Amino acid sequence: MKPLKLDVKSYQELLKQYIVSEDETSLYQAEQFSKMSMQQKISPEEIIDVHIQALKELYPDLPAEIDASLDFLMETMISYGLAYQEFQSLREKQVELQSEISVAASMQQSLLSTTKPNVKGIDIGAISVPANQMNGDYYHFVNDDAGYLGIAIADVIGKGIPAALAMSMIKYSMDSFRETQRNPKTVLENLNRVVERNVDSSMFITMYYGLFNLNTNLLQFSSAGHEPGFYYNASKDEFFDIEGNGLVLGVMNNASYEQYEIQMEKDDIVILLTDGVTECRIGDRFIEREEILEVIKEYIHLPAQEAVESVYKYFEKLQDFHLRDDFTLIFLKKNV
Amino acid sequence: MNFQSGVHIKKEWDIVGARQLGRNRAKELGFGTVDQARIATAISELARNIYLYAGTGRVSFEIVEDINKKGLKIVAADEGPGILDISQVMEDGFSTSGGLGAGLPGVKRLMDDFDIDSVQGEGTVITTIKWVR
Ligand SMILES: Nc1ncnc2c1ncn2[C@@H]1O[C@H](COP(=O)(O)OP(=O)(O)OP(=O)(O)O)[C@@H](O)[C@H]1O
Ligand SMILES: [Mg+2]
Repeated sequence: MKPLKLDVKSYQELLKQYIVSEDETSLYQAEQFSKMSMQQKISPEEIIDVHIQALKELYPDLPAEIDASLDFLMETMISYGLAYQEFQSLREKQVELQSEISVAASMQQSLLSTTKPNVKGIDIGAISVPANQMNGDYYHFVNDDAGYLGIAIADVIGKGIPAALAMSMIKYSMDSFRETQRNPKTVLENLNRVVERNVDSSMFITMYYGLFNLNTNLLQFSSAGHEPGFYYNASKDEFFDIEGNGLVLGVMNNASYEQYEIQMEKDDIVILLTDGVTECRIGDRFIEREEILEVIKEYIHLPAQEAVESVYKYFEKLQDFHLRDDFTLIFLKKNV
Repeated sequence: MNFQSGVHIKKEWDIVGARQLGRNRAKELGFGTVDQARIATAISELARNIYLYAGTGRVSFEIVEDINKKGLKIVAADEGPGILDISQVMEDGFSTSGGLGAGLPGVKRLMDDFDIDSVQGEGTVITTIKWVR
């Protein structure tokens, strides 16, 4: 087989060969011709034009009716040609958009980046993986000189770009709060006002904020409708749900939040998560909280970072490597 | 030779008349059959927009000559409501036909040069040229 060329001459040869022998080889080459034409962005009406020219040269005495019918065919192909060109340009646009989104995603990542603090006595593990490119979950650690560790975990209801934009707002509002406002209850009340004022009323944010006193080992926290975490009490060797059932952020201007506390002892563990963890699907059912706890128990003995990553890998596999929601998991292990 | 001619658009039937006149001019200029078909399609889109959105208007043809090329210039002019957001209508997928390739972005693709002048409440003038290859 000769290499194909995209011109009337080659088409004509092919056509002639086929008309004489009606062989599969010519048809295979016609397929190649068609693919090459697509690559060269040649539209259907041009192919028909090439066909007409080739045919007329092969059969100069073509009946006028056939001739006219071919022109008619070509005319009807014009709109298909346009639709094809439009498809091409939309595809290019999509590639552009895709790369813009990845730039935005990496910008978001650096905007929202938080360093996991090295705190004596607590082993911290944290992981947050977006379902799509941009993350609508968020976690943040604030480690101040006064011996306090602040822990924030939040989830925008909804995902994708709008959720990610709302998250950046949360982060910057938190940065602007003064040190004296780090009381969990106050933090949530202030954020609630910011969200209520600035975010579309169809968008809600759940959030947990905890403040750990490194000197007294007291963890104080409040929750704005956030997925309850777990608390492992080592002396009882038992897991408990972490309480807290405040209103989600952004619903009511003057919402107020309860503050709770846990006195942490050696080997106690606090587990925080978002509903991307609890709403993992297996087939067509959601996973149960007890099942999640079973998985967590499986890995909890590992160093905290290794443990959260292992739990994530487990769920990633369980969902066929296709997360349906942003997934965030934090372990705080008190090790002295 | 430089003559001007055109078709007044006031009923749907006039779209066909405009196509016919445009195709004849294109043939005389030596455009191949594919380009004739493209020009006719562009004329249809422009004339149909006049008929649908402005009610009446005119599609005229003019033969233009550059240093080393000849072309057919089509001017579609009306005194209708004008086009509110030109960049929006020039976006693929915006037309009411739901992005099937036609509409004004289609005209731009079918032709070589393309220009819109539109003033709200005063009318629209679309000028477009195809050069003989
Ligand atoms: N001559 C005109 N006067 C006023 N508005 C116009 C005119 N031509 C186009 N428009 C406006 O621009 C829009 C886009 O026109 P375009 O021809 O691209 O698509 P369409 O007419 O909506 O759909 P179709 O694909 O069937 O042509 C129209 O819906 C109309 O609102
Ligand atoms: Mg139109």
